[in-house]
Amino acid sequence: MSTQHETDTVKEIRSEYKYGFSNPDEAKDYFFKSGRGLSPELVAAISAHKNEPEWMLKFRLKSLDYFNARPLPAWGGNVAEIDFDNIFYYIKPTEKQADKWEDLPADILDTWDKLGIPEAEKKYLAGVGAQYESEVVYHKLQADLEAKGVIFLDMDSALRDHEDIVKQHMGTIIPQNDNKFAALNSAVWSGGSFIYVPPGVRIEMPLQAYFRINAENMGQFERTLIIVDEDAYVHYVEGCTAPIYSSDSLHSAVVEIIVKPRGRCRYTTIQNWSNNVYNLVTKRAIAYEDATMEWVDGNLGSKLTMKYPAIWLMGDRAHGEVLSIAFAGKGQHQDAGGKCVHVAPNTTSVITSKSISKDGGRAGYRGLLEVAKGAHGARSKVVCDALILDEESRSDTYPYIRIDESDVNIGHEATVSKIGEEQLFYLMSRGLSEAEASAMIVSGFVEPITKELPLEYAVEMNRLILLQMEGSVG
Amino acid sequence: MSHKLPPRSLYCRGIEAHEVALLEIKNLHVALEDGTEIVKGVDLSVGLNEKHAIMGPNGSGKSTLAYALMGHPAYVITEGEILLDGVDIVDMGADERAQRGLFLAFQYPHAVPGVTVTSFLRSALNAIRKARAGGTDNPIPIPEFRKELLGAMERLKVPRELASRYLNDGFSGGEKKRVEILQMALLKPRIAVLDETDSGLDIDALKIVAGGVNDLVGPEMGALVITHYQRILDYVKPDFVHVFVDGRIVAEGGPELAHTLEADGYEAFIPAAEAV
Repeated sequence: MSTQHETDTVKEIRSEYKYGFSNPDEAKDYFFKSGRGLSPELVAAISAHKNEPEWMLKFRLKSLDYFNARPLPAWGGNVAEIDFDNIFYYIKPTEKQADKWEDLPADILDTWDKLGIPEAEKKYLAGVGAQYESEVVYHKLQADLEAKGVIFLDMDSALRDHEDIVKQHMGTIIPQNDNKFAALNSAVWSGGSFIYVPPGVRIEMPLQAYFRINAENMGQFERTLIIVDEDAYVHYVEGCTAPIYSSDSLHSAVVEIIVKPRGRCRYTTIQNWSNNVYNLVTKRAIAYEDATMEWVDGNLGSKLTMKYPAIWLMGDRAHGEVLSIAFAGKGQHQDAGGKCVHVAPNTTSVITSKSISKDGGRAGYRGLLEVAKGAHGARSKVVCDALILDEESRSDTYPYIRIDESDVNIGHEATVSKIGEEQLFYLMSRGLSEAEASAMIVSGFVEPITKELPLEYAVEMNRLILLQMEGSVG
Repeated sequence: MSHKLPPRSLYCRGIEAHEVALLEIKNLHVALEDGTEIVKGVDLSVGLNEKHAIMGPNGSGKSTLAYALMGHPAYVITEGEILLDGVDIVDMGADERAQRGLFLAFQYPHAVPGVTVTSFLRSALNAIRKARAGGTDNPIPIPEFRKELLGAMERLKVPRELASRYLNDGFSGGEKKRVEILQMALLKPRIAVLDETDSGLDIDALKIVAGGVNDLVGPEMGALVITHYQRILDYVKPDFVHVFVDGRIVAEGGPELAHTLEADGYEAFIPAAEAV
């Protein structure tokens, strides 16, 4: 690893971001580290290193062709500065995955301890996957869930142990050529979660995956596939952090979810990447008859996020919800939102977006609501609210709506507000400082979403918002 | 009937009781940001255990005076002093003034969607406790907070469900005013300024709110009640009445002055202002 030159920008970010620590000395201890840059040879090397079946190698190489053939998106955020030749596409930190924390190398365990993951597992999680660089280094599911037939594995293990299921579903929800970054992920994917919940099994406590980038110029490309069978339920939570370096890293995940009749899946993300990570993620779910899919998407970190969790409502009366929080501070651009596509009759959806921008940050909502011909009786409500904290900051709203059916009920509301001097004065007259008063207004603004989170995550989300607010006023 | 000021000693027993009045306003001038002067030289002292009323017609500058005391950034203090316990607070923000024991019950309290009354009150109380502990966190234990909150709500007949609703969000006029007094009861200020707290209240609500003020005024607190009407003063019996016209106090006296105003109206005092 190169010597770290700490620019003023880096210092600035570091002062507010508490997960910015790194383990610089361990780089030499990585079990396997690819060179920089992307090539068919690299893709083949990753596949060979993982001992993958031939069809997967072909899938990867084809995806690389798609990636190379596609232009960078000209909309959303500025992705032109990503230096694809300077990225490490695959780093395997340890030889074997652990199912006991103490089996991990001390420095990696130290990272997870600092992030509080082993502690959280003891208290309120049904299962944990912990990905460090390219590989899931720790994985554990409660024994009673295993006995009920629940499968919760990292994606590489799933490909080994359940090849038929993976082969049948991977790339069916998000085709490998869906977009440039989905193609990139399909070419170099590593890690991520595979979850199968059998019919009628309801997992009451959340399963959590934690994604950590440690190396500089790292590319993390986890791949997640979740299948919730009939009448089953799972709540999956993911969190992400990275150290602060003076040059950028790339996180480009693909998440595919299938919710079968009457099943329910909730997928919660608390994204807190450091402000030097490009976060370009494709997430899509399909929901069958009477199924419910919910995306709860909190984006607080990263340099640029482009992410629009999507739900295709394929069966009668399927229900979809997207709850999105985007908070952009200095030097950040959050291009977040959601998509709901009503294919079947009497399907319902709600998209609630809350974006906050401060200190010159840019946060926005980009969403699609589509009702296909024949999806009669579809009902949908889109609410997007923006809160702008100062004159330098920016909010954008791009609500695309396509309706090919006349028997529908669609509502759209959008508001843009600023923290009013009167509101601040009112709170300050009760003894709260300007920063505390602003943070309280912001917490209240996002409350419709945080109240949907389990208590521990709501507390975490509010704490992250407070951190974002610190030093922003006064 | 005389509009002349009575000898100071007659209406300033608070000053005699305390060497320094708790709140002392000296020659206060307040202007809008565009320079328009609204408050044109006010002198006023309020001590602990005293109830003062400022009565004046609409547009006389009463609310501006209240905002300026609390430190609203849109009102510029161009001259004069505001002393709280002998310390000039003119350069302090509203938060520090509150931490030092000043409280303003707003005429139009603002809504804070997403923040419950309970969580707001606890944050505010803890902010004040922290300031009083010299900047060290000193949060009120939750059982103690709960007991105080429920007790105060009971006394002020604030419905229980209001505690878990978002602060002033969709509250009726009467609910807002009651919650202002509830805040006062919990934050325990040393000086409470009540800006038109009577407006929009029916007679039952007025009695409860006035009762809340009466309960709190005592050896620990003094109050300054700003009002257009005599009505609230039937329940919050002031020790001193100050008539406020065109940015100035034009007459002062005991509680009987409020009744004079009720009978004669403010017109009688307007020439007094113009003559200054």
